[in-house]
Amino acid sequence: MTPVMTRRLGLRLGIGLTPLLPTLAALCGTLLLFVLFLAVQGKPAGDACLLIFEGAFGSMFAWQNTLQRAAPLLLTALCVALPARVGLIVIGGEGALAMGGLAAAVLPSCLPLWPAWLMLPAMAIAAMLAGGAWIALCGALRQWRGVNETISSLLLSYLAVALFKHLVEGPLRDPGSLNKPSTTPLPDIYLINALPGLEVHWGLVWGVLACIAAWVFLRHSVAGFAMAIVGGNVRTAKLVGLPVNRLVLLACALGGAAAGLAGMFEVAAVQGSASSALLAGYGFSGILVAFAARQNPLAIVVCAIVIGGVEASGSLLQRRLDLPDATTLVLQGLLFCNLLAWEAITGRLTALRLRWQQQVQVAPHISASEASHV
Amino acid sequence: MSNIDFSTLLLALFAGAIRVGTPFLFVSLGECLTEKGGRVNLGLEGILVCGAMTGYAASYFSGSAWLGVLAAGASGLLLGTLHGLVCSLPRVNDIAFGIALMLLGTGLAFFLGKPFIQPQAAMLPSIDLGSWSSHAQLHHALQINALFLIGVVLAGVLQWGLSSTRWGLVLRLVGDHAETARALGYRINPIRIAATACGGFLAAVGGAYLSLYYPGSWNEGLSSGQGLMAVALVIFARWQPLRCLLAALLFGAAGALGPALQAVGITSGYYLFNAAPYALTLLIMVVTCRPDRTLGNAPGELSLTR
Repeated sequence: MTPVMTRRLGLRLGIGLTPLLPTLAALCGTLLLFVLFLAVQGKPAGDACLLIFEGAFGSMFAWQNTLQRAAPLLLTALCVALPARVGLIVIGGEGALAMGGLAAAVLPSCLPLWPAWLMLPAMAIAAMLAGGAWIALCGALRQWRGVNETISSLLLSYLAVALFKHLVEGPLRDPGSLNKPSTTPLPDIYLINALPGLEVHWGLVWGVLACIAAWVFLRHSVAGFAMAIVGGNVRTAKLVGLPVNRLVLLACALGGAAAGLAGMFEVAAVQGSASSALLAGYGFSGILVAFAARQNPLAIVVCAIVIGGVEASGSLLQRRLDLPDATTLVLQGLLFCNLLAWEAITGRLTALRLRWQQQVQVAPHISASEASHV
Repeated sequence: MSNIDFSTLLLALFAGAIRVGTPFLFVSLGECLTEKGGRVNLGLEGILVCGAMTGYAASYFSGSAWLGVLAAGASGLLLGTLHGLVCSLPRVNDIAFGIALMLLGTGLAFFLGKPFIQPQAAMLPSIDLGSWSSHAQLHHALQINALFLIGVVLAGVLQWGLSSTRWGLVLRLVGDHAETARALGYRINPIRIAATACGGFLAAVGGAYLSLYYPGSWNEGLSSGQGLMAVALVIFARWQPLRCLLAALLFGAAGALGPALQAVGITSGYYLFNAAPYALTLLIMVVTCRPDRTLGNAPGELSLTR
């Protein structure tokens, strides 16, 4: 291979990798800061990093634990990524998850004993409606009242959690649940099985499918394209006559529906009933996943697994190294800050990439003269 | 239900307005200062939690609660500076970084605060203003913490400073129209960083109040979103520090509604009454915001109201 060819190959590789560079830089920055943070306190930083990897992906058991946590994150991250397409920062996925889980847990007790193939879709639809309505309300408040959606979604999520606790410990409480208030447990036929050969439930598959569907919708549908215009520039969108309000509502409702579905899977596949164990913070971790994936639904699949793994390793860190369970929280916070801060280099990278592209295009003409030099 | 003791309830709400409202006051003053410079810091929630932990730890080690308050303020100053610095970089969204800082602040506080959940630290003293009263509950309600009085004075000073001093006018200019400020030769980023850092200081003092006076202990469930509600509260107060004081008292009363109702014997719907501040915040935002125009008094450079 001639030096020119290797150089062109290198340039092409550079062009292909530039979008990933900020994320990679953020990952390195996070690890460095995390190691420093632990080392300054005299904690075994290297062991901690190894244990995080081991606890996340080190064994079959760890993988199952990781995927189990990644399943709801896939869906709650969509609750951030879909509204982000129309330019909204929604952080209320936890509330939509709670409402969806509650709707799914309560529905079977309101209906006759339908077969599972009929009841499970009904539960899913109820959960998606509940979650979708909750987040759509944020979009509606923004479009018609001008209320900032970040704050309103978080307030609505606090309200949803309060309503959830009130209902679960009050009117909807199963009298049989003594020390851990919860709703009436679902009949066994309505529980969702694990995937064959794994201890991970079907929610993972549905979550991945939802991410792929969201990607196809955003990239290859007219409505998805219209959403991108709204997110890019609202004035342009209005100028070309797009139904801005409806598109914003649709994006919010779809995102909320995804988070509601996550609640339904947590209830029907993990908990068996709605209790405060449902509020494990998946809605909040989903925000980090979506930002790490740069709001790209396909990248969410990867990021959800990584973040799920980090969360899964928390108990191992606690047991082996006696670190507080908030260690993974610190790591996630550092990661989030780094991801946003390294975004700043994107502008420079774009310029660099353009220059490389020009060089690759120009290269054939100059290759002869350059080859003679060597 | 019919024989509720209304005077007890009102007294409890009054006492709660001051007791629960003080952290709101400090955080909203901090947010107000930050937003006057044209940035939003949603990370005040994380700074508040971190300040609560730092204040408690410093008070435990030094034996002086006031040193704790100062240490908390210093931690808030650091995190506020971090927000200011990172948001000065190109392409960094201040709202998104605020969410990240919320996560980082709470993570750091929970990690470093683990050893301080059990031990008892020195508490802030309260000033007894009600010794003239023989009414026990009134007496109790008038035991006011010095931080509240400091906050009241601070609100007045900030109101005056923002409207009548050179620094205040420069800050407002930077927040209202960065181009003009730049044309006049002021450097935008250092001023905004300073405003965000001072805002962080105030928010962390609010957190120290939580851990050192009321409820008066450090645990992971200490904050109930005061840092975030402060953002809404500042909108309600229309970016005026003195109105922040009134808004903080109102939110304090709403926050005290749950415990006050419990004190007079209403226990059903405990969670719903405790959620009253959130509902109030949302209601206020729905009533005061308009989609077609920015709010009066809103700093022009604010991404929040666009």
